Amino acid sequence: MSVAALPSEGAGRAGLRLSLILLLAPALLWLGLLIILPHIQLLALSLKVKLGPRLYETGLTNYTEFFAESIYWSTLIRTAFISIAATALTLLIAFPVAYYIAKMIRGRRKNLLFVLALLPFWVSELIRTLGWIIILRETGLISLGLQWLGLIDQPVELLGNDAAILVGLVYTSMLFMVVPLVTVLDSLDDTLVEAGYDLGGNGFAVLREIIIPHAMPGIVAGCIIVFMLTLGNILTPALLGGKNSLWFTDQIFQKFIVRFNWEQGAAFGFLLLIVSSLVVWIGLKITRQSLASTMT
Amino acid sequence: MLTTIPQSRTFKLGYALYVALFFLYLFAPLVVVGIFAFNDSQFPSPPWRGFTLDWFLSSTGRIGIFHDDGLIGSIGTSIKVAVAVTILSLIVGTMNAFLLERAQFRGKSLLFTMMLWPLVIPGVILGVSILQFASTVANGLEDRFGIFIDFLRPGLPLVVFGQFSFIVTIATLVIAARLRKFDMTLEEAARDLGASRLGAIRTVTMPFLTPALIGAGVISFLMSFENFNTTLMLVGSEAPVTIRMFTQIRDGTTPVVNALSLLLMLVMATAGFGLLLANRGGEARRDSG
Repeated sequence: MSVAALPSEGAGRAGLRLSLILLLAPALLWLGLLIILPHIQLLALSLKVKLGPRLYETGLTNYTEFFAESIYWSTLIRTAFISIAATALTLLIAFPVAYYIAKMIRGRRKNLLFVLALLPFWVSELIRTLGWIIILRETGLISLGLQWLGLIDQPVELLGNDAAILVGLVYTSMLFMVVPLVTVLDSLDDTLVEAGYDLGGNGFAVLREIIIPHAMPGIVAGCIIVFMLTLGNILTPALLGGKNSLWFTDQIFQKFIVRFNWEQGAAFGFLLLIVSSLVVWIGLKITRQSLASTMT
Repeated sequence: MLTTIPQSRTFKLGYALYVALFFLYLFAPLVVVGIFAFNDSQFPSPPWRGFTLDWFLSSTGRIGIFHDDGLIGSIGTSIKVAVAVTILSLIVGTMNAFLLERAQFRGKSLLFTMMLWPLVIPGVILGVSILQFASTVANGLEDRFGIFIDFLRPGLPLVVFGQFSFIVTIATLVIAARLRKFDMTLEEAARDLGASRLGAIRTVTMPFLTPALIGAGVISFLMSFENFNTTLMLVGSEAPVTIRMFTQIRDGTTPVVNALSLLLMLVMATAGFGLLLANRGGEARRDSG
């Protein structure tokens, strides 16, 4: 019996092995061919220095050039600063709204308001940005409204500056802040807030000592996502910031598509990837979470 | 600050007003886009010059959206890309879900973490890395073997691969979350009743996964249709609608893009509400049954 059972058991195990390999194949092809190898190749490309037509050597010139030319590194710093400002503003605007949805209303109205807050983000970023162009442009709604009120007597151009970029970025990021905040505030036990008041705390003390510490994981998660998305955004700065928006992703685009200097573009791409990953990594460390636990 | 804690009237009123203003801010740009689709003017901007349907219907002089072959063609391109991305993402996403939930092997948690990477890599970087990798492979094949492979050059196939590279992560997460809730005894029962392994999965497990597949499919389609960053880097001569609209808005456009935007918003809203209702109907049936 035991001898007869062996081959079939072996066949079963071989079958399991085969199905495991079949299941693994698409995942490995996807990650290998579309993620890992392209990024290794990107790194290799960034270390190539062009000496002449079809003549290359390995070196760090593409990176040293980045630090030598102030226009390059200042753009990256500028992009990072505006992204931080956009993240902070998004948090400030979204937090009271998220708290209102999570704690101040209940039942049907709560669900309705939450869905309503998500609705605009089903529409493409392009359409939302078009709306802001119509509102902010020289002949736009705000300029027209201010003239009508008599506050200004000349049309005022509100596009093509950092404030316009900031408005667009904050707007486009709102969803990614509201959702984690509502989720985390929903899990805050009402009795804790009540206890805070009972113990003599005023609104500000309760906010600082109870609500914000509880909401920290949601705040950090929201901030990471928003910062990452604004840093990598290319559409909003290009349309609202005008021709000289000096956004780092735009420089990568210029290097790759317009100037065809792929080696330099690859170096810039890697620098953006490093800054972006660093922020994600720091955020995860602060909250003591792993990438896997935040996503599932 | 709770409903149960007494607050001054001014505070409550002020808070409600703030939330109302927030929603005004959320919807203002969309409403504005919709309204100016009907403006009788060459530009999508104030002042208001009267109501017209020209930007939808006109075919002479002004070109309305229904006669704008370029824009309509680009919508077709986007749909083609989105369908391809959705099918690919659902197939690979389902296989990934089974791999993550059912299989045991060494390095599984590492593989799972790697599957999440595409979500934290900026879309522009995904685009350029795939662009230069594909070109390097194409150049290598050309130089060494004289083989010309068109789909490795910027164009729709690369756009599909670029979008798939991160959309499949989301499809995987959605499908795996549902598969995790599946009661394995159901599949065992089917096997006891004589079904083969694959037969049991096909007749018992897959129907259970259907809601997740529909959800993942809708999300994949939408994300592909609206993708800009990755697409911009990989696009060839045939541009999807986001790229085309971007160029048109940047270089100055007539309100025809507003008309198109309004139509897209209506389609999204209808699809969104349809999905919501279908979901609710499904849940009600499950609750009563």
